[in-house]
Amino acid sequence: MTDRNLLSGPEPEPARDAGHPEPSERVGFFTDTSVCIGCKACEVACKEWNAIPEDGMALSGMSYDNTQGLGASTWRHVAFIEQRVPAPEGRTELPLANSAAQAADAAPDQGDLRWLMSSDVCKHCTHAACLDVCPTGSLFRTEFGTVVVQEDICNGCGYCVPACPYGVIEQRPDDGRAFKCTLCYDRLGAGQEPACAKACPTESIQFGPLDELRERAALRVDQLHEQGVEEARLYGHDPADGVGGDGAFFLLLDRPEVYGLPPDPVVTTRDLPAMWKHAGTAALSLAGGIALAFALAGRTKGAR
Amino acid sequence: MGIRTWIGEWPVYRQLTGPDPLGRGSAAVSRRTKRLRPRTDNAERVVQSVCPYCAVGCGQQVYVKDEKVVQIEGDPASPISRGRLCPKGSATLQLTTGSARRHEVLYRRPYTTDWEPLDLETAMDMVADRVVETRRRTWEWEKDGLRTARTLGIASLGGATLDNEENYLIKKLFTGLGVVQVENQARVCHSSTVAGLGTSFGRGGATTFMQDLQYADCIVIQGSNYAEAHPVGFQWVMEAKRRGARVIHVDPRFTRTSALADLHVPIRAGSDIAFLGAVINHVLTEEKDFREYVLAYTNAASIVDEDFRDTEDLDGVFSGLDEDGHHYDPRSWQYEGVQVQAPAGDVDEQYEQKTRGSGHAESHGSGGPRTSARPPRDETLTHPRCVYQILKRHYARYTPELVEETCGIPRATFLRVCEALTANSGRERTSAFVYAVGWTQHSTGSQYIRAACVLQLLLGNIGRPGGGIQALRGHASIQGSSDIPTLYNLLPGYLPMPHAHAHENLDAFVEASRTDKGFWGDMRAYFVSLLKAYYGDAATADNDFCFDHLPRLTGSHATYDTVMAQLDGVCEGYFLMGENPAVGSANTRLQRLGMANLTWLVVRDFSLIESATWWKDGPETETGELRTEDIGTEVFFFPAAAHTEKSGSFTNTNRWLQWHHAAVEPQGDARSDLWFTYHLGRRIKERLAGSADPMDRPVQDLTWDYPVDGPLREPVAAHVLAEINGHGPDGAPLSAYTELKDDGSTRCGCWIYCGVYADGINHAARRTPHTEQDHVAADWAWAWPANRRILYNRASAAPDGTPWSERKAYVWWDEDAGIWTGHDVPDFVPDRAPDYVPPDGTTGPDALRGDDPFIMQADGKGWLYAPAGLEDGPLPTHYEPQDSPFPNALYPSTARSPVRQLLPREGNRYHPSGDEPGAEVYPYIVTTHRLTEHFTAGGMSRWSTHLSELQPEFFCELSPQLAAERGLKHGGWATIITARNAVEARVLVTERLTPLTVHGRTVHQIGLPFHWGPNGISTGDAANELMAIALDPNAHIQEDKALTADIRPGRRPRGPALPRLVAEYRRRAGITATTGTETRK
Repeated sequence: MTDRNLLSGPEPEPARDAGHPEPSERVGFFTDTSVCIGCKACEVACKEWNAIPEDGMALSGMSYDNTQGLGASTWRHVAFIEQRVPAPEGRTELPLANSAAQAADAAPDQGDLRWLMSSDVCKHCTHAACLDVCPTGSLFRTEFGTVVVQEDICNGCGYCVPACPYGVIEQRPDDGRAFKCTLCYDRLGAGQEPACAKACPTESIQFGPLDELRERAALRVDQLHEQGVEEARLYGHDPADGVGGDGAFFLLLDRPEVYGLPPDPVVTTRDLPAMWKHAGTAALSLAGGIALAFALAGRTKGAR
Repeated sequence: MGIRTWIGEWPVYRQLTGPDPLGRGSAAVSRRTKRLRPRTDNAERVVQSVCPYCAVGCGQQVYVKDEKVVQIEGDPASPISRGRLCPKGSATLQLTTGSARRHEVLYRRPYTTDWEPLDLETAMDMVADRVVETRRRTWEWEKDGLRTARTLGIASLGGATLDNEENYLIKKLFTGLGVVQVENQARVCHSSTVAGLGTSFGRGGATTFMQDLQYADCIVIQGSNYAEAHPVGFQWVMEAKRRGARVIHVDPRFTRTSALADLHVPIRAGSDIAFLGAVINHVLTEEKDFREYVLAYTNAASIVDEDFRDTEDLDGVFSGLDEDGHHYDPRSWQYEGVQVQAPAGDVDEQYEQKTRGSGHAESHGSGGPRTSARPPRDETLTHPRCVYQILKRHYARYTPELVEETCGIPRATFLRVCEALTANSGRERTSAFVYAVGWTQHSTGSQYIRAACVLQLLLGNIGRPGGGIQALRGHASIQGSSDIPTLYNLLPGYLPMPHAHAHENLDAFVEASRTDKGFWGDMRAYFVSLLKAYYGDAATADNDFCFDHLPRLTGSHATYDTVMAQLDGVCEGYFLMGENPAVGSANTRLQRLGMANLTWLVVRDFSLIESATWWKDGPETETGELRTEDIGTEVFFFPAAAHTEKSGSFTNTNRWLQWHHAAVEPQGDARSDLWFTYHLGRRIKERLAGSADPMDRPVQDLTWDYPVDGPLREPVAAHVLAEINGHGPDGAPLSAYTELKDDGSTRCGCWIYCGVYADGINHAARRTPHTEQDHVAADWAWAWPANRRILYNRASAAPDGTPWSERKAYVWWDEDAGIWTGHDVPDFVPDRAPDYVPPDGTTGPDALRGDDPFIMQADGKGWLYAPAGLEDGPLPTHYEPQDSPFPNALYPSTARSPVRQLLPREGNRYHPSGDEPGAEVYPYIVTTHRLTEHFTAGGMSRWSTHLSELQPEFFCELSPQLAAERGLKHGGWATIITARNAVEARVLVTERLTPLTVHGRTVHQIGLPFHWGPNGISTGDAANELMAIALDPNAHIQEDKALTADIRPGRRPRGPALPRLVAEYRRRAGITATTGTETRK
């Protein structure tokens, strides 16, 4: 163990800390849901590139979301949130400058229906609990700062599954091994962008160096705020959050819960160092106690 | 491996000794991970291609290794798609290499119950024999004393998914054989677009290209679900939005397009003309029209004949209606002083009868209707018979109140649309309209398009950047299959097919079609050059260039007429080339019953689609209406080659021809349609080579000497494109259609595509990346005509030749150089000065004034009022759909278009409408639509797991209020019933469907995606079971975007109980053979 805490808190260079001496710039996804058209190109492009099998043919009845969530055979998932909400909202009624009509008819009767779409994906956390708990070394931190399962190593123990604070990683039932988004690790190595980002028709999914993406995202939020979309916010962008910031972060038009995302995710191994410390203290106390007991017992015996 | 290396590779050793003490990074890298490379990296070659799904035309890169396609991705160089693909485009690898594709010929012997294998060569010989035999047996030299020289015994359907070169050969071969019933998806998707845009502007294609939408200040999407049906094209709407444009979506349903729009306006399906007419009225009464533009570039000032009477004068009909004959005599609609030849004598009158309703309007796809080159004008626009005043009177009652009553749109919402449009049109700003089949598929579809044309002309938005009308096409080359038509009424380049007429010869035919002024004045040159391309040296001036080799039309032979001909036993043989009418066309039951009456059927597709297997497992075998053992149809299934397995060009919705290169050879028996058509034609020609029968002469004369290549003897597609482009007297490729001659010295297979092979270079294959040129991207692919990207772009400059504004500068007059110049190829005579006035007596292009931007129009102007060319009136007028819950608020005695085309017969009954008794039996409105995740009738998506799992089942969308009213449960089943059939669908209750208040009462609308059918991975009933065959008289397109139906909970009955249920509904509604068929009340 090093003296630094590598299991929680801000960590600027996770790839270097993972032993990549000259890591590439950390890359990731910025998913701007304000321009998502819910086409699911990301889901298909991902399946096509990674040769992922079919994941069920059931009509869910949940709007147009028949994929229903991320899993071993779904590495990109487009959520559809269809609801009536109190104004103001961010999708269909963006007020535009110089629009006389806007003022004349400020409360249109259709304005309160919204249909949010958002493409979810593995967050490639700075502090990835899945990888921390992996006993086989199957999950590893790449030189790009991303988190990848190595199919040839995974033994299907499943420890990673409950470790993920987002419920992303899953074992494939007929196979046993765990699967999730690799951020197209093979493509990154050849200087290509991930398949989903390449396909995305409206640049809702943007791929690039994380620092650049964070700057771009901040500007986009400002722009939306200026347009009156007050609920626009970033999610997973903050290195100080419970997972040390996500490698894949989002611009949402409402609270994360609305999209089915945990509001304040915390790496499940955050308390591991403290736990080890406590466990160590406990073990030492126990050992001391036992030693003491023996010592005392010896003395008693000797005195007998 | 040395012991040192072995230890060195041990992760624990690496963890202990390396920089990864936690063993979570470099120390954990496995051998496989270390070796991992993307499969695209190992590809031996990357082939440029184009997506085979919709008509956006996204660029694709096909990666090939070991002669197998290993990956297909977006081409980042494409100015259209910029490397992006939608879910369908992203599933192309599975489409082309997946297990759903068949690779062997299958044969179904008459009256047998199963397929049997058949070798390809034998199958080809058998089909050639069938064609020769059926043709000879059903040959018709004359009909009613008029020469027809044709057969109605054979028909063909499909072409929109095929290459231009394939469409060219199909039309050429069948025309050579005297087969007139040649049709494709364009008929059922966008034929009314050609009629609407063509008669308004002189050309039937979108006036602009998708990328230019980014410069629009306001975009109205109506009759289109742009984001869902054309997702990659929608990026240009998003770009416009990013620049501050206002995006408005007018649609019955709140869709993924609405979700991204600034304003969604729910509208009652089938009422768009009332809506658009009211916007027109708003523009006129508020004087928001762009007056300088309107005065100079439209026919607003032209004066109309004094015999003309408007619908306002005659309670919903125009002058000239023959109520018994169900048609208009359009002569009184003409400009003042135009002499239209009156029918002279019986034969002429009979001719008029015969040609009526036979798709003339569509022949204005690149050449306007005939009228005066210089009609009398009133520049003050005050003459009571000038077009401007007629327009004002016609639309005076199209008020916000009418919109509220008829469309169910609150006045305030309507006015917001008007204000957004008018505030964003004019000198400095432009607005664009985008539509698709939500407008075209109506019994007044052509007039829907016309209404948008009128509005965009009044606002001065045609021919200008950020303006125009984008007609979003839905198949990879459906624009191409209109341009090089596999359509019964057209020859390549929108040249009309000749009609039977005793007196007709080439000259008479040309005189009846061409205009005096403009480039359509040179139509004889285009036509003769086509005949030379078809018949080669056999075509001479002495024999009218083989004009009489062309079979003749007698009325409509459109696809629905062909179905009737099949049911009547007239049409015996049928080719399906990538089209699936058993689920994809209206009234699918009649489609299947028609096929069950055929002698032979040839199906070419990737998988065993419903049109190939209806005899075995179709819905009628379940209801007991058909028994497989009783069906005598002989069925051939030929597996088709994919776009990755053949070279050729697609024409996308921008009118851009994009070449896709073959990446690999097709497997097994799979062959291209070029291969099939060429080798079928070769076999037929061999069989008829020695014949002395005059009916075989056109086949013998047909030029058919295409070079073949490779082990499969694939015809060289580039050679066919070169023939389409045309050759001069010296055999060199032509550069422009202006080089065509009418003396037989030039040959050209499609005059509007002339230039695509200029200098022997395949311009459709040009691929200069968008990063290396401006947004017009003139060096990417090739656009018809003459590589012009925005049509009528002369209108982007003021009459004096200067740009209307700096912001909207596009093409302008360079005074010093004496030419038109700018960002695009000027759509004008290059050196015609803006102030040029031609001397009297000039004709053709020479007669165009310097301010006549519509160079294919007879008068050089955009038509607010169409004095000729359409069957159903010079001005768009609100009529109710064929099946409607409401009477016509404007014209109580004329509920529906008086000249709509109906084909009433058993199995195709219409509903009572409005306040007629029985209408309440079908109280709800149904509209059909697409989903992003599927494609058309499903043949290219329902067999894909990637796509099917995203939308696995047929469903109906409806409001919570309707669900409550009918006891429908979310996620449960519903049965939807019309007079034609009943289907079952899962119920999706959603507030995205909202009840509207129309005529003072609540009306519910039901959305039905039309992608399903019984075959494939994802199965379900076909929405088209419900549709009536009720057609637009101009284009024969069916009305499936607005109809009535009932809905009830639960699954539909099985077996004979199903037709019984449908019959019971008909009985309750009192439906008879004449219900809904009257001209007016």
